[in-house]
Amino acid sequence: MKTELQKVVIKFAGDSGDGMQLAGTLFTDTTASIGNQIATFPDYPSEIRAPQGTVAGVSGFQVHFGTSGVHSIGDAPDVLIAMNPAALNANLVNLKPECTVIIDSDSFSKKSLEKAGFEGDPLEDGTLAEYKIIEAPITSLTKTSIADLGLDNKSMVRCKNMFALGMIFWLFNEPLEQTIEFFNQKFGKKPLIAQANITVLKTGHNFAETIEAFKTSFIVPPAKKVAGVYRNITGNEATAWGLMAAAKKANRDLFLGTYPITPATDILHELTKHKWSGVKIFQAEDEIAGVCSAIGASFAGDLAITTTSGPGMALKTEAIGLAIMAELPLVIVNVQRGGPSTGLPTKTEQSDLSQALFGRNGDSPAVVISASTPATCFDWAFEACRIAIEHMTPVILLTESYIANGAEPWKVKLLDELEEICPNTCNNVEEWAPYKRNAETLARKWVTPGTPGYEHRIGGLEKEDVTGNVSYMPLNHEKMIQIRDEKVARVANSIPLQRVKGKNANKLLVVGWGGQFGVIFGAVNELQQERNNIAFTHFNYINPLPKNTGEIFEGFERIVVCELNNGQFANYLQAQFPQFKFERYNKMQGLPFKIKELKEQFNEILEAGDA
Amino acid sequence: METETIQCLLKPKEYGSDQEVKWCPGCGDYAVLNAVKKTLSELNIPKEKATFISGIGCSSRFPYYMDCYGFHTIHGRAAGVATGTKIANPDLSVWMVSGDGDSLAIGGNHFIHAVRRNVDINLLLFNNEIYGLTKGQYSPTSEKGKVTKSSPHGTVEEPFNPGELALGSNSRFFARVPDTDVKMMVEVFKQAEQHKGFSVVEILQNCVIFNDKIHATLTAKETKADNQLFLKHGEPMLFGAENTKGIRLNGLELEVVTIGENGITEADILVHDAENENKTLQYMLTQMKLLEFPVAMGVIRNVKATTYDEALHNQRKHEMENSKFNSLDDLFLSGNTFKVK
Ligand code: SF4
Repeated sequence: MKTELQKVVIKFAGDSGDGMQLAGTLFTDTTASIGNQIATFPDYPSEIRAPQGTVAGVSGFQVHFGTSGVHSIGDAPDVLIAMNPAALNANLVNLKPECTVIIDSDSFSKKSLEKAGFEGDPLEDGTLAEYKIIEAPITSLTKTSIADLGLDNKSMVRCKNMFALGMIFWLFNEPLEQTIEFFNQKFGKKPLIAQANITVLKTGHNFAETIEAFKTSFIVPPAKKVAGVYRNITGNEATAWGLMAAAKKANRDLFLGTYPITPATDILHELTKHKWSGVKIFQAEDEIAGVCSAIGASFAGDLAITTTSGPGMALKTEAIGLAIMAELPLVIVNVQRGGPSTGLPTKTEQSDLSQALFGRNGDSPAVVISASTPATCFDWAFEACRIAIEHMTPVILLTESYIANGAEPWKVKLLDELEEICPNTCNNVEEWAPYKRNAETLARKWVTPGTPGYEHRIGGLEKEDVTGNVSYMPLNHEKMIQIRDEKVARVANSIPLQRVKGKNANKLLVVGWGGQFGVIFGAVNELQQERNNIAFTHFNYINPLPKNTGEIFEGFERIVVCELNNGQFANYLQAQFPQFKFERYNKMQGLPFKIKELKEQFNEILEAGDA
Repeated sequence: METETIQCLLKPKEYGSDQEVKWCPGCGDYAVLNAVKKTLSELNIPKEKATFISGIGCSSRFPYYMDCYGFHTIHGRAAGVATGTKIANPDLSVWMVSGDGDSLAIGGNHFIHAVRRNVDINLLLFNNEIYGLTKGQYSPTSEKGKVTKSSPHGTVEEPFNPGELALGSNSRFFARVPDTDVKMMVEVFKQAEQHKGFSVVEILQNCVIFNDKIHATLTAKETKADNQLFLKHGEPMLFGAENTKGIRLNGLELEVVTIGENGITEADILVHDAENENKTLQYMLTQMKLLEFPVAMGVIRNVKATTYDEALHNQRKHEMENSKFNSLDDLFLSGNTFKVK
């Protein structure tokens, strides 16, 4: 018997050595190639070497897949694979009734239960009464199935993630071929290891088919997607690729000056693999040298990037001010995490918005944009570069841990499909002055050292209008502040208008920004099936805002801004549009929104009005 | 001595910008500015290739006075900016202009790392042992006990010796010059420019306003012959008005000896080897202090090594020539992709 489902959330959880990330990734790859919608999120332990078998050491991988309606990683799993008691305990708070829990019964010894923080045995004391529990002796069956291969105990046990994966493949009627192919390729030189993994995978598959515990298996039909070539991509990878693509389209070399910081480091890891495409990588001695090297490279004509997270952003502040004064293109990618201070390095938050907008000395406007989902990080990284180069300004791109580490299918964009980026160069020395501007954008020209006849000096001291000479004149300073402000404001002329989902609604406008797009969209989308008085608008351009922003707010009785911080975007909107009242729905738990909680909140507002 | 038959395409003054120079009258910076212009002229460096990048401080105004490319950046961070510029365009002749506060206090971290990496940049390190721009506070090179506006009872901290710090960070080129000797500056600046790598030139510079005559014992006409040892690679370490005093190695210590006294001959005098990879002796030379010793001037260390920018570009070139991808499209379509029809 096969039951059809529209969407499913699976969570693979185990000790950090149990290979849950690999199992999750392999499942995702197969599911993606079947053509399902997908969103994934790896949930690493916060401590690098947390003790084995403890809740702190649990590593998880959540995958949400379906035919339609997959906009986020999903609130809670429908199927949980718990390779040990700690993995079970770590996920208990987030289980919904009826959830299928597959456990490795071999791992439920008294000692490991204690280690995982259970007082009794959850299998017996009723803790798990609400769930469908499938007990499978995963470790022992893994070992038995490959006992004759002559591997040591450790190598045998290491294959147990494939047992679990085999069961899941059976449960959802997905083929094993791609995974088998993966092992044959990856362990071509160690055929025994490949054979062991493949055997265990098949054993798990057969086990699931044989036992009676699963009453049915499921089929999740492929999604209707735009034709094209797709690949699964994380937000950080997509960011790196978007930056590389922008450099090609601007015909400049890409320069990355950076310092490792969680959760932004994967952008460095990715870019450094691609020196073949001309990328220049400078891993600096600190965050400040990272951004400064990027400014120096920009001065010399490269498309210059620095990547960081909140604490690093704080250190780069003064240098970003320099780039604003020197009016050089610069892209600062801030992959946000929980703050303040060191905060929650591995958890997601959207709390660096005010810092991006206001965190510098003086009146120092920078363009601020944000990415929505893992795959669209590609587009927003590209857009950040376009604005920086064409408008001669630093651009801060805000992504966040949730989408940076999360993954989804990306419809591959080839270079021909992307627009050209046109650097604001100067070919006529007669018309040249360092701070002479393009009449429309107010961008100055980008002329780089080595160009004869254009020798000039820039720096952090106030500039005289047009000549760029140092000037302390009172009226000039005021004028320059206004010009810098206006220059950033005019970026609004080159960006699309803000759009609304649910145009005819007038009751509630839900406002989101950045990487929480998927969840908020999902929640509103579900409510819109039942109601016609809720609408949604999502901001990627934050400074400047799209030109029609004010018009959008008109005509709604209530506006609620949803964000993972204490109301920073709401405050920003309130200051710009005092005529509207912006209500807040804030979450500050280091976790993304859940569709359920958003729907409850929106329903409450909608029903308050109905009463 | 070198034979001066240089064909200069541009005169030194043609390297100057139209900006009014705003250092205090009598400041040592003027002489350095002239020496740099002369250096560029004698090396025939095109104006557009010379790029001056500075931090914050009196000396950091330097780029404004050169008709070249220039970037007056932020306090302590010129090394980062200069590194990015050099990586982006290795054809440039990049000069970093900085002071003792800028490079050894707020920018100390960047200084040691720039030295360690050996990026091909010339650092002109103006050492006046004081903060001039903020009007007279002690700096990390001020001698212990120094009375300044921020240390009315004298400082209680030990200073840095820039030479020790540079060599400790594995500097491949370290030189020291007084701001009073344009000829020596030009000679040393030329070597710094010709050296591939991070060349540190400590300039003993006089701040007439806040720390006047701090280097005077060293630079005064009457005493300089006895108090300075102008080192030249391959030449004996001789100094003094008659050139009869010299440096000898006695056990593990340096000592000053006089030729003709106690049976000392020129054969006893150390011959300067700036190109010796082993920096032990060079390190000892950077440490020589008045009054026991003369202060070592000129190029103390000058060894060849791969530069950071060269290595970075070689690696990049290798990757470009040996990649399995021809374009980003190839990358985007590689590996695990799937088609939706
Ligand atoms: S304060 Fe001192 S260092 Fe600064 S310009 Fe005046 S004399 Fe020169």
